[in-house]
Amino acid sequence: MRFARQVWVVAFKDLRAELRTKEAINSSLAFALVILLMFSYAFDPLADTTREMSGGLLWIVFAFAGTLVLNRSFARELPNDCLDGLIAAPVSGAALFLGKALANFLLVLAVQMVSLPVFGIFYNVPWTRQLPELLLVMVLGTWGLTIVGTVSSALTVNIRLRELMLPMLTYPIMFPALLGAMQLTAHLVGGNPIDEDHYGWLKMMIGFDVIYTGVSMVLVETILVG
Amino acid sequence: MSAVAVDGVWKFYGDYPALRDIRLEAAPGTCLALIGRNGAGKTTLLRIIAGFSRPGRGQIRIFGNQPRETETRRQTGFIGHGISVYDELSALENLTLYGKLYGLPDPRRTAGEWLERTGLARVANGLVREFSRGMRQRLAVARAFLHDPKVLLLDEPFTALDDKAIAVLQGLLRDALAQGRTIVMSTHQLREALELASHVALLTRGQVAFHGARTPEMVDDPGYVYARYAD
Repeated sequence: MRFARQVWVVAFKDLRAELRTKEAINSSLAFALVILLMFSYAFDPLADTTREMSGGLLWIVFAFAGTLVLNRSFARELPNDCLDGLIAAPVSGAALFLGKALANFLLVLAVQMVSLPVFGIFYNVPWTRQLPELLLVMVLGTWGLTIVGTVSSALTVNIRLRELMLPMLTYPIMFPALLGAMQLTAHLVGGNPIDEDHYGWLKMMIGFDVIYTGVSMVLVETILVG
Repeated sequence: MSAVAVDGVWKFYGDYPALRDIRLEAAPGTCLALIGRNGAGKTTLLRIIAGFSRPGRGQIRIFGNQPRETETRRQTGFIGHGISVYDELSALENLTLYGKLYGLPDPRRTAGEWLERTGLARVANGLVREFSRGMRQRLAVARAFLHDPKVLLLDEPFTALDDKAIAVLQGLLRDALAQGRTIVMSTHQLREALELASHVALLTRGQVAFHGARTPEMVDDPGYVYARYAD
């Protein structure tokens, strides 16, 4: 119970700070919408091939837009040495990490919830037909992205080129989960339910999220203190 | 048992030893002033005592426990070069946040009391980014004292404070000492520090050049320790 409260206190602090400045969410949302618009001009939205690869396009947008949120996660703690204040508090590294990951998850998911209808309009796909399953895939993919991105944000917080290093660390690790999310999303936005052929991807995404959440919670104390 | 015990601590940055075999102790209820020129290793040592980084060799004990243990962190308050409060939050929100992280029973009430004690009650709901440097430093003091720590680790606590704020901080530190708290502070403001300190440690190039009780000569002439032991 105490652990859960600490997680929420850290997450609420990050959300409140972000909603006051709107630094990350504004840039992330603007980026997502502009890229979706540009892709819709680059590819014919009525062509079958475009619909087939629309899941991939959508997750490329989500991954890049998400990085803009994730970059701010630990960088937010740099002014005034706020990270020292958090590290000094009697809060476990795992609670601190999960709090930050939860805040990132909600922010990235908010950007996705605005981008998804825009994607549906631009690409002319029946994305609402399998909405609950599509939302499940988005939640699983986004949790994977935020977990890997948050731990990478902690790793790169004290280096000068952190904006460059974070995606370089995150995307290769994210690749299996991203691939699953792309496959499933392309299938679902085409109006098809998840079938036997696609359950493997779903299981893989769940496994990815569980493993990387556990590993990150164990490693974060060492990452932050050395 | 010592409140703070530093036993054979070394710290390396690459091959360079920033701290060399540091051995210090502070008994409960005492104030140890860490003095030394720029680059002597004061901040590095305080950060290791606070548990922000690990020593290359040696160990730190705070009331017999390691700095990173949860119970030790609950008993320790730290003021560093940064004030560790968020510009986007108000003074009250910042202190309430830390009150919750330290598990205080009524974080908001305690935060309000400390804003009152540090003279920031009238700007409790103002965002920290609108505060002057002195006000920010006072808020950092309130944050460090908020959870009533047994050990206070202060890195240049008088920096950026005006005369009134220095008097407030000295009053708080005297009260803390009277209540049996232990203080370890690094400073270049020798007069203010030596008025409070019961013990003095002089660091030169990462080594302890002097460690002992503060003497009347040190208060009369703040340059005395440097002249006698450093040069």
